[in-house]
Amino acid sequence: MKSLPILTALLLTTAPVLADEIWISNEKDDTLSVIDIETMEVVRTIEVGERPRGITFSKDYSVLYICASDSDTVQVMDPETGKILHELPSGEDPEQFVLHPDNRHLYIANEDDAITTVVDTETRTVVAQIDVGIEPEGMAVSPDGKIAITTSETTNMAHWIDTETQRLFANTLVDSRPRHAEFVKDGTELWVSAEIGGTISVFDVATQTEKAKISFEVANVHPDRVQPVGFEFTAGDTHAYVALGPSNHVAVVNAETYEVEDYILVGRRVWHMDFNADRSQVFTTNGVSGDVTVIDVASRKPIKTIKVGRFPWGAAFRPTN
Amino acid sequence: MKLVRQFMSACALCLWATLPAHAEISVPITHLIVEEPAPPVLSNLDPIPGDLGEAGAHVALKDNATTGRFMGHNYTLDVARVPEGDDPLATARSALANAPFLLIDAPADVVTAIADLPEAAGKLLFNVGSEDPALRSDACRANLLHTAPSLSMRTDALVQFFVKKRWSDIVMIRGQNPKDLAYAAAMERSLAKFRLDLAASKDWGFDADMRRNAAQEVPLFTQEFGDYDALVVADEIHDFGRYILYNTWEARPVTGSEGLTAVTWAPVVEQWGAAQLQSRFEEHAERPMRPEDYAAWTAIRAIGEAVTRAGSGDPATLRAFMLSDDFELAGFKGRPLTFRQWNGQLRQPIPLVHARALVANAPLEGFLHQRTELDTLGLDEPESQCTAFAN
Repeated sequence: MKSLPILTALLLTTAPVLADEIWISNEKDDTLSVIDIETMEVVRTIEVGERPRGITFSKDYSVLYICASDSDTVQVMDPETGKILHELPSGEDPEQFVLHPDNRHLYIANEDDAITTVVDTETRTVVAQIDVGIEPEGMAVSPDGKIAITTSETTNMAHWIDTETQRLFANTLVDSRPRHAEFVKDGTELWVSAEIGGTISVFDVATQTEKAKISFEVANVHPDRVQPVGFEFTAGDTHAYVALGPSNHVAVVNAETYEVEDYILVGRRVWHMDFNADRSQVFTTNGVSGDVTVIDVASRKPIKTIKVGRFPWGAAFRPTN
Repeated sequence: MKLVRQFMSACALCLWATLPAHAEISVPITHLIVEEPAPPVLSNLDPIPGDLGEAGAHVALKDNATTGRFMGHNYTLDVARVPEGDDPLATARSALANAPFLLIDAPADVVTAIADLPEAAGKLLFNVGSEDPALRSDACRANLLHTAPSLSMRTDALVQFFVKKRWSDIVMIRGQNPKDLAYAAAMERSLAKFRLDLAASKDWGFDADMRRNAAQEVPLFTQEFGDYDALVVADEIHDFGRYILYNTWEARPVTGSEGLTAVTWAPVVEQWGAAQLQSRFEEHAERPMRPEDYAAWTAIRAIGEAVTRAGSGDPATLRAFMLSDDFELAGFKGRPLTFRQWNGQLRQPIPLVHARALVANAPLEGFLHQRTELDTLGLDEPESQCTAFAN
C-alpha cells in the first residue's frame, strides 16, 4: 500500500515523455481510458460527463471534444491535464459529432431530438440547428468543408447539409439503421454503414447517387448478426476497416473494388476504431467485452487485447511528439 | 416555427433534386380498438393505461412522418374505439371505406370477422392484439399480418430457457380465465415441442383474498408438487400470480405470467438502441412502453418502411413487399424483423425479463434452424395449418 503514492508520482512525472496515445470513451463508466501505443497499456483513466460516446481532438490536438450524451453537453478537455476546460452548448443527447476542417465548427448529432446542431467552439454558441431524421448518429464533413452529412438511424437516410446555408440540399435513402459516415478519396465518395441492413452504401458525392453497395458475410455467423457500424481508412484510402458489431469481426474492404478481402476476429460487439500515426495499427472498441483489440495492418492479425472501461465506444488518436 | 418553414422549403427543393421518381403518396391508417372490460383482479397495483397500444401507434406515426417529410409521403392515423356492446364490424366497415390500412386490437373471433368483410378484400390488416395461435394457423387470413406475437412464440421462448438451464421437471399453476387456459395450452405444446415434461398441473381455485392469505395458502398448495425445477404460473390476467413468488413450499424459480416472463417489450429492454425508443415513447406517453404498444408501433413502422422502400401506397403492392425477402424492419432488437411467408407473423426476438433486468434474449444460442433461428419461436412452416398464404 505504501508504494502506491510513489507509483502514482512516478506515472505523473513520466507522463510527458510517453508515446502516442489512443483515447477511448467508456459509455457505461463515464470515463476515458488513455492507451499508450508503445506499451499498449492504459496509462490514464479520466472521469468525464455521463455516457461519453463520440470523442474527437481539435486539429492541433490541443483540446479534446467529448459528447457526454446523458449530460446533454459537449465537454472540452485539456488532454495534458485531463481537466475539463469548459462545456459547449450541444442540444439534447449529443451522440456523435465531427469537427469542420475550419477547426472551429462542430456538427453534432442530437440523437433524441432529430436535430443536427452546429456549434461555434470559439464563441461557444449554437450557430444553427437543422431538422433531420429520427435518431441522427453518423456525422461527416467533406474535406473542402462544403458538405456536412448526418445519418438518421430510424429514418434510414443520409441528410446532405450545405454548410454555407446550413440547410439540407439532399436526402438519400440507405439501408436500415445507418450508423457512420465518412468522406473518402478527396471527398469524391461518401460511405455510409447500415447496421441492420448489413451494408455500406458508397455515394458519388457530385450527384448524391449510390454507386456501390458493399455487403458482408462472416463464416458461421448468421447474416442478421453481421452489422457494420464504425469504419476507418488506411493510408491513401486504399482499404476500409469496418467494425461488424455483434459478429465480433472487423472486415477489410478494398476501397477500389469494393470487395471484402479479410475478416479479423476481435472482441465482442465491435463499435469504432482509430489508427496509430503511420496507420500500421488499428485499435477497435469492443463494447460488450469491455476491451480494445489492436490489429496489425500489414498482417491483418489481432496482436493484443487491452482491457479498458465498461462499454468502450469511441476511439481517437493523439500524437504526443 | 420559422426554422420549420425554412426547413420545409429546403426539403421541397431536395425532393425535386433527388427523388424525381417519387410522387406524393398518402397513407391513411386506422387503429381499431375493441374495448373489453378488464376482468376483476385481486390487486389494483398495476393500472391499465387508457392509451395502451394507441400510444405506440402515435409514436410510430411520428417516426414515419419524419421519413415521410423527406419523401413526400403523408401518413395519417385515426383511432377508432369500439365501446363495449357496440358492433366492431360496423366501425371496421367505415374505417376500411376511408383507409386501406387497419390495425386491429380485438379478440381473435372479431379479428377474423373483420378480415372476412367484403370491405376488407384487397386491404392490409394488422393484428396488434390477439396472441391466439389459431390466427397463425387454420384461422389465418391472407389480408391479415400479425405484429403481436403468438402465445406459442412467448412460451417457446421460455421453454428454450428451461432447456438451457436444464430445468427439466416443470410444474404449472393454471388460472381459470380463458386467457390463462390458452396460455397453459400453449405452454404444454411448447414443453412437448422441446421434449420437456409437465410433471404436474394444478388449477387455481381460491376465492380468498391472497393479499392477506398467500403466506398460509400457497406453501400448502404447492407442497403437493413435491420436488421440481421451475414453476410456471399461467395467470395472463395477472390476478393471483404475484402472490406465488417467495411463497412456494420449495424454493424454486417462478416463471410464466409472473417472475421470469417472455414478452416482446419491457422497460428493462435497453440494448440495440432500444433506450432511444423507450425515451421517445416515455416523452410521448409519460409511462413505460408495453408489449401492446410495441405491437402497434411495429405495425405502423412496417407500413412506413414498406412505403419508403417500395415507393407505393397500394396495399397489395405493400403486402407483397412485406412478405418478400427485400423487407426488413429495424425494431431495436439487434436483428432485422421480417414476416413469415406462410402465415404473416412478424418474426422477432423475445426478451426474457424480470421486473429489474433482461435475463436472456430468445432465440437462445444453440437453438438452430435451417432458415433463421427466429423460426424456433412460434409456429414453424410445417406446424402451421395456414393455407391462405400459399399463392
